[in-house]
Amino acid sequence: MAGVAGPATGSGAAGGDGDDSLYPIAVLIDELRNEDVQLRLNSIKKLSTIALALGVERTRTELLPFLTDTIYDEDEVLLALAEQLGNFTGLVGGPDFAHCLLPPLESLATVEETVVRDKAVESLRQISQEHTPVALEAHFVPLVKRLASGDWFTSRTSACGLFSVCYPRASIAVKGEIRQYFRSLCSDDTPMVRRAAASKLGEFAKVLELDSVKSEIVPLFTNLASDEQDSVRLLAVEACVSIAQLLSQDDIEALVMPTLRQAAEDKSWRVRYMVADKFSELQKAVGPKITLNDLIPAFQNLLKDCEAEVRAAAAHKVKELCENLPMEGRETMIMNQILPYIKELVSDTNQHVKSALASVIMGLSTILGKENTIEHLLPLFLAQLKDECPEVRLNIISNLDCVNEVIGIRQLSQSLLPAIVELAEDAKWRVRLAIIEYMPLLAGQLGVEFFDEKLNSLCMAWLVDHVYAIREAATNNLMKLVQKFGTEWAQNTIVPKVLVMANDPNYLHRMTTLFCINALSEACGQEITTKQMLPIVLKMAGDQVANVRFNVAKSLQKIGPILDTDALQEEVKPVLQKLGQDEDMDVKYFAQEAISAVAQRLRKLDFPVKDSEEPSAPGADKNHFLRPRGPGEDTGKVLPLISRHKETEWLEWLPRRQQRQPSLGVQVQPRDQHISCT
Amino acid sequence: MMKRAGWRCREHWAASYNLACSPTYHFRLASFSLPSSLLHWSKPPPSRTWTVVMTYQQDYLSPCLYPLSALSDIISTVEFNHTGELLATGDKGGRVVIFQREQESKNQVHRRGEYNVYSTFQSHEPEFDYLKSLEIEEKINKIRWLPQQNAAYFLLSTNDKTVKLWKVSERDKRPEGYNLKDEEGRLRDPATITTLRVPVLRPMDLMVEATPRRVFANAHTYHINSISVNSDYETYMSADDLRINLWNFEITNQSFNIVDIKPANMEELTEVITAAEFHPHHCNTFVYSSSKGTIRLCDMRASALCDRHTKFFEEPEDPSNRSFFSEIISSISDVKFSHSGRCIMTRDYLTVKVWDLNMENRPVETYQVHDYLRSKLCSLYENDCIFDKFECVWNGSDSVIMTGSYNNFFRMFDRNTKRDVTLEASRENSKPRAILKPRKVCVGGKRRKDEISVDSLDFSKKILHTAWHPSENIIAVAATNNLYIFQDKVN
Repeated sequence: MAGVAGPATGSGAAGGDGDDSLYPIAVLIDELRNEDVQLRLNSIKKLSTIALALGVERTRTELLPFLTDTIYDEDEVLLALAEQLGNFTGLVGGPDFAHCLLPPLESLATVEETVVRDKAVESLRQISQEHTPVALEAHFVPLVKRLASGDWFTSRTSACGLFSVCYPRASIAVKGEIRQYFRSLCSDDTPMVRRAAASKLGEFAKVLELDSVKSEIVPLFTNLASDEQDSVRLLAVEACVSIAQLLSQDDIEALVMPTLRQAAEDKSWRVRYMVADKFSELQKAVGPKITLNDLIPAFQNLLKDCEAEVRAAAAHKVKELCENLPMEGRETMIMNQILPYIKELVSDTNQHVKSALASVIMGLSTILGKENTIEHLLPLFLAQLKDECPEVRLNIISNLDCVNEVIGIRQLSQSLLPAIVELAEDAKWRVRLAIIEYMPLLAGQLGVEFFDEKLNSLCMAWLVDHVYAIREAATNNLMKLVQKFGTEWAQNTIVPKVLVMANDPNYLHRMTTLFCINALSEACGQEITTKQMLPIVLKMAGDQVANVRFNVAKSLQKIGPILDTDALQEEVKPVLQKLGQDEDMDVKYFAQEAISAVAQRLRKLDFPVKDSEEPSAPGADKNHFLRPRGPGEDTGKVLPLISRHKETEWLEWLPRRQQRQPSLGVQVQPRDQHISCT
Repeated sequence: MMKRAGWRCREHWAASYNLACSPTYHFRLASFSLPSSLLHWSKPPPSRTWTVVMTYQQDYLSPCLYPLSALSDIISTVEFNHTGELLATGDKGGRVVIFQREQESKNQVHRRGEYNVYSTFQSHEPEFDYLKSLEIEEKINKIRWLPQQNAAYFLLSTNDKTVKLWKVSERDKRPEGYNLKDEEGRLRDPATITTLRVPVLRPMDLMVEATPRRVFANAHTYHINSISVNSDYETYMSADDLRINLWNFEITNQSFNIVDIKPANMEELTEVITAAEFHPHHCNTFVYSSSKGTIRLCDMRASALCDRHTKFFEEPEDPSNRSFFSEIISSISDVKFSHSGRCIMTRDYLTVKVWDLNMENRPVETYQVHDYLRSKLCSLYENDCIFDKFECVWNGSDSVIMTGSYNNFFRMFDRNTKRDVTLEASRENSKPRAILKPRKVCVGGKRRKDEISVDSLDFSKKILHTAWHPSENIIAVAATNNLYIFQDKVN
């Protein structure tokens, strides 16, 4: 067998090139069965290169047979293989030979791993389009039949996804056979196969003739919807959407609705959950008339279902349902038929239900208009703002903008404030983190005065939170606030408070000052940075804690681009040089980093010719000073440093000596990178 | 209350004791090549019908013996797969051994029930939970086979904390031919490569591989006592002392807690979950048993959390039998649905009970396993045997029940004829092809020939785990570190 690979059969593609080009391919082929998964994966991802080198004939006769038997591999390798084969038609000689790809995909379609199987089916569907009608019947349809009558249910589940692609192009006789195979899979013994068939039922219905849909698909659908396993029944709900789209109103009423009504009242909560979850799709599929007659009452039942999961799913759909109602009479219908149920959900016993409702309820205000919102919805918002569960309150606060558009936020602000304060002081730091994220939004909605009066102190308090993540988020929050309210506001309210912290006895708070300066300097501009922030930073260079000192070096590097040459030359440089002689090796390292960055900057300023080249680069700023690097741009380089931050945070309770230990290992890395960068 | 607390403590003590005394761990692997030549079947092919078998006359069972050598290699679970072609055992050393039935062939028909080792692998390793300072034993508590989905076999194995999904597959081809190496494996000079070689697959000796496919960890605070695969082929559940979780086979980072009986205050704890199982056909129904001797049936359709049961099976206690031990001996150690799904069987310390799903107030059948121990409960309490967890199994047609006892005895009850038999699985009297004799335990003073007195029973030899082939009369019995496979003998 190995002899086949001898020189005589080497096809033109491989033979034409010299040895040099063969070597990398040879490596790739050998690595197809390397012990290292990563190398195998790599090789499989370059399968097209291998196939190209082998030429179409050897790909067909040697490579594909080998791949067909390689289904012992790791999932990720098989997944990559299944994906590659979907685009392989050109490499095996075009559509005429597309059927050569079927055997490896067929074996991949029977593996136990669902993602691999699904990918194989996807690739098979892709390839089916490249078959000629004749080849489709000669090769592809037999494959589908083989899979559909396979011994193991993995192959039968895979078959379910292939019917819809071969049906439209098959001859009438074959069409009948395909329908027959699909029918038998719908009543397969194993629930796995019935589930696969149920989930492909809608897709298959779309390619069928309308008569067959009515005469064959609908009975199958009815059967699946009354399957003994609820895991099958719930999938029939999905099929319901696609089938209803194909039928006329009368047919929907006669053929689909009985099943749907039954599903909405199914004994199993999972089926009812599915109806609630797919409600918007169902609503669109059955049209407005049936919605009014059938779906609204069903929805009311789902909103007061005995299972909380169902109520939560239904609550999620309240807004979409209301939006999709016909404009005419919408308001009355919501007020009379939906709102009473919503009111009850506000005081539901289950917090997931309440928070699901809270995430959409604000959206109703735009639909109902100002008066109704004030009269009916506002009390609900206020009740939810006082809810005992933080998630509910957060969901209300995160959607404030919808209400703001309709009634203005003043109506809410009195209740809003206590809710915000309570969340801001929540014992769980994740809750505090969540509310910080909404601060810029709130600030925008509430306006600067209200903010200064009520919320500013909160924002400052977070800066000295005992959880690092909160302090970090608070720092970013300040930057966003300054962007919103402007530099003057920053100078008056934020900057003084931040700078005071530079004298805090806790070194972590002193470092927070530096982090704030890093974040704020760009937003505040050159003047404030030079006059107010820089002196503080420079002063902190004499701090007794090394962590503060090396953060000074980092800060100076960060704000360097904002400063003018004089400040850099006369104030920054001497301090950095002094830090460069520090006894602590970390401080020394970061000072040197900063010195080289500052020196580079000074050079650029000295030669304005070079500088003028800069603006041509996309994204360059029109400011006179160079744009400071955004956090994303230098991630690669800063990454070890970030981890350094985190490490020191974890160990904040340790005395300084011990803290140094973990950093030793990290140090080597940035230096190497530094060398490779220059 | 006090007693219950003591009961829990004891269990933990026993667990750590077992761990401490497994010094054979190091040579366990070496001891594991099972000599399949030990299997000898003497008698001609069996072709008997079911009814005859169940007369339980001594000639109808002939044994074969698999010595698993080392003393601490105690088998902790035995399970046939759905076709009966494979039999898996798990042991205290965290190993799983899979036996495969000998293929039937024309000239060797008499070897019908012979099982050979198919694959062995280390499923669990001993671990240490540093956060809780707890040792986690590697002992396999349960094995459950999945319905077959392709040419490979899949099984779940669990220790106290972690469930693993294993794939057992065969490989009989291997690729040959490298570009950069020659046949002897020497590197070739890259300059000599003038053509590309695609590897070709060549047949090789059959290789059975076991690969871990999924690890379902970190979901159980207490010890897992049961796992059960759902009939929807998509989910399974795992039960520990206080909670039952529902898993999807494809998802390892998330499970749903469906039952939680943990009281807010642990002082109020009065019962624990001892076993749980899904209904064989209805994907929404499962049962779990408790240490109080009750069984709850839950319907997952009714609600997402099944803390409230749909049915509650409990037999009112007979006040005349009430004693210090009655609560301990009423604790259910195993619960099994019949294959038909119409009955459930429970095992407590002294009896096996069969319950009709439609009758909650009392069992339809009760079988005494070793009633002669009732007078010895005090000493059984002292030597901890009273806490032994015996399992029970149905035969393929639900007409016979099998469960274990002490002194390497195991019991079978024919539900139709109401006859029962006691058999012994031991190396002394079960030479290959030997025929099992029924055993009798005498209670009174007069001991007849062939009878064993209660006082001479060996309580260290207990049969906790047994399995019955899903369709034939082949049984597997685990007696400490020995696995016996018996089949009905037909001339």
